[in-house]
Amino acid sequence: MNIVHADPRGVDSGAHFMDGDHAIAEGALAAGCRFFAGYPITPSTETAERFAERAPEVGAMFIQMEDEIASIAALIGAAWGGQKAMTVTSGPGFSLMMENIGLAAMTETPIVLANVQRGGPSTGLPTLTAQQDMFQARFGSHGDYNIIALCPDSPQECFDLTVEAFNLAEAYRTPVFIMTDETVGHMHEKVVIPPADQIKVVERNLFTGPKEDFRPYRFDCQGGHPMTRAGDGYRFHVTGLTHDERGYPLMTPAQNQVVVTHLIEKINGNAEHIIRLEEDQVEGAEVVVISYGITSRIAVRAVAEARKKEIKVGSLRLITVWPFCEQRIRELAGQVRAIVVAEINYGQMVREVERCAAGRCQVVSVNHCGGAVHDPEVITKAIEEACR
Amino acid sequence: MNAQSAEFSSEDRIGAMLRTERMPHIWCPGCGIGSVVTCFVDAVLRSGIDQDKLVVVSGIGCSGRVAGYVNFDSIHATHGRAIPVATGLKLANPELTVVVISGDGDLMSIGGNHFVHAARRNMDLVVICINNFTYGMTGGQVTPTTPGSATASTTPYGNYEYPLTLPFLADACGASYIARWTSLHARNITQSVEEALTRRGFSFIEVITPCTTLYLRRNRLGDGVDALQYYQSNSEILHGIDTRETAIELQGKIAVGKFVDRPKPTYLDAVTRCNAKLIGDDYQLYGKTEPEKKAEEAKKAEHPVTSGHP
Ligand SMILES: Cc1ncc(C[n+]2csc(CCOP(=O)(O)OP(=O)(O)O)c2C)c(N)n1
Ligand code: SF4
Ligand SMILES: [Mg+2]
Repeated sequence: MNIVHADPRGVDSGAHFMDGDHAIAEGALAAGCRFFAGYPITPSTETAERFAERAPEVGAMFIQMEDEIASIAALIGAAWGGQKAMTVTSGPGFSLMMENIGLAAMTETPIVLANVQRGGPSTGLPTLTAQQDMFQARFGSHGDYNIIALCPDSPQECFDLTVEAFNLAEAYRTPVFIMTDETVGHMHEKVVIPPADQIKVVERNLFTGPKEDFRPYRFDCQGGHPMTRAGDGYRFHVTGLTHDERGYPLMTPAQNQVVVTHLIEKINGNAEHIIRLEEDQVEGAEVVVISYGITSRIAVRAVAEARKKEIKVGSLRLITVWPFCEQRIRELAGQVRAIVVAEINYGQMVREVERCAAGRCQVVSVNHCGGAVHDPEVITKAIEEACR
Repeated sequence: MNAQSAEFSSEDRIGAMLRTERMPHIWCPGCGIGSVVTCFVDAVLRSGIDQDKLVVVSGIGCSGRVAGYVNFDSIHATHGRAIPVATGLKLANPELTVVVISGDGDLMSIGGNHFVHAARRNMDLVVICINNFTYGMTGGQVTPTTPGSATASTTPYGNYEYPLTLPFLADACGASYIARWTSLHARNITQSVEEALTRRGFSFIEVITPCTTLYLRRNRLGDGVDALQYYQSNSEILHGIDTRETAIELQGKIAVGKFVDRPKPTYLDAVTRCNAKLIGDDYQLYGKTEPEKKAEEAKKAEHPVTSGHP
């Protein structure tokens, strides 16, 4: 993996007061993203606007496409044209992108997509927060595949995790999602953008060997097989069809097994390198609260209240949501009485927690559908009840 | 070098433009798609464009398989999405020549919106539509170009929709180059593709092509040879004709020729012009990165360029 310092041209170093959406655009530019294609949708549009404003001075390309399908398709083209590329969207736009997310996964194309979640289904609650697309992010396109998804809980993390998203996309040659939400997207906070020489950027791993040795794929259940870009003379072929290591169609059940296994295991098999969690007083806790994104900010308050009541409660924040931290949940399930999962949806990530806990501890879902963050008291109450 | 190796026959040179290791191809006997591919690679040869700097993007369909058989960088995209993928490629690296080759269903039905907007932007792409009036790959359903009254598997009693006239559509959307031929017109296709490859902006070439297995058979129009005979006796070369006059009726007249050739600034020209106004004349899309600039300066310092005599 070739890790370099960020190109200072894209890095607007210093302390800023900005919202999460803008911070995503800055993170992308810092990470070396020079291609943005998107279509306006609330509450994500500010990212596109920021990128459009900054593009000329950075020498980046911004294009407003005719729809979200075109946007993500353009990203795939741009990636094979040699650029780091991103788009941003929300609910309905995310749905439109699903088919080509599958193409990106299948062709192992590194791209980054931010979903500033709003309430759904359908047009739902266009201006209000939600975390209802967590499963769509993982399973929304047809067929078996895998992706990485990160959940920032602040504008600062929108910046930091966007840089990380690009790095992971390059390292594992996969689509990476930033699953933020309306509240974080529109929340203004201090965002410190470090100097360029303190930002680590993973460069694209481009094949440089002899032409006859070039293979766009290697199905070894690892990420990071070198790719190429159009114009370098390797004459790649990429297709969404089940393919061999040359990228040529090979449509047999056996090859589908090989390709799909690789796509899933290159991420699951590297889960320990990919997953980032934030834990607080989990050791010795009776109850652990699991949350992610904006809900974590509320959970902090709820946990503090519960601790005032002498309850031994820890908290676990999912920074990486996919791949899911199965191993850690299995361990915790053997140590705690209950796990409380707080999220703004009808109960999505709680299913993963239940699956991994496998009945070894109580799993409590504190959820409501889109539109508003939790009242911290509701979470505190759930904690109290869980250890009764 | 001996005389023999210096004189490649044109067939060998065409062979070098195909992924011969992938042959035989999937197309039916008499299908017109192969002829279009031959004309296309012949045009690339004539254009003198570096084989390594040309990219072919296709969507899904029998025509969509072209990307897999040509020996260029190539992407076989999703159904309808060849044009936006091509747009991403072209904008990511403006040095590339990007060609979209796909079917009428792919480009004009599911991908119609992208066609409209790429033409509107005058995106620097060559789009070749293999129009066989049908969804070949899925078994001969009606498409937006199927002529009125033709039958298809989903219009078993005859098509009752109004078909699109593709040159007229491309014209209305702002394409800067528009031509139409039938697969019989090999030399003209080659010439038009060569012209389009060297033009800047959105070039559109429609090629009327026989789908022997489905469209011809279902409509009792004979085989591939009958199709070519129909093209022979019914096409009329009408360069520069008003594109509103180019509609095709079932087994009716086919206007062919170069209809539009109007150079105008491309999308990238417009971006560059706008940004140069803002940033200054040294504006350069994807201009050198700071580390690259520093490395260059360091090199210069190491080997200072001295002028005059020692
Ligand atoms: C999203 C989606 N819808 C439908 C299909 C099924 N499909 C595959 S090819 C095709 C039609 C292709 O027709 P055309 O572009 O005219 O190509 P031809 O086979 O005639 O050359 C369709 C509908 C698909 N692959 N993807
Ligand atoms: S089905 Fe029609 S279009 Fe497809 S290969 Fe056969 S003849 Fe050609
Ligand atoms: Mg067709």
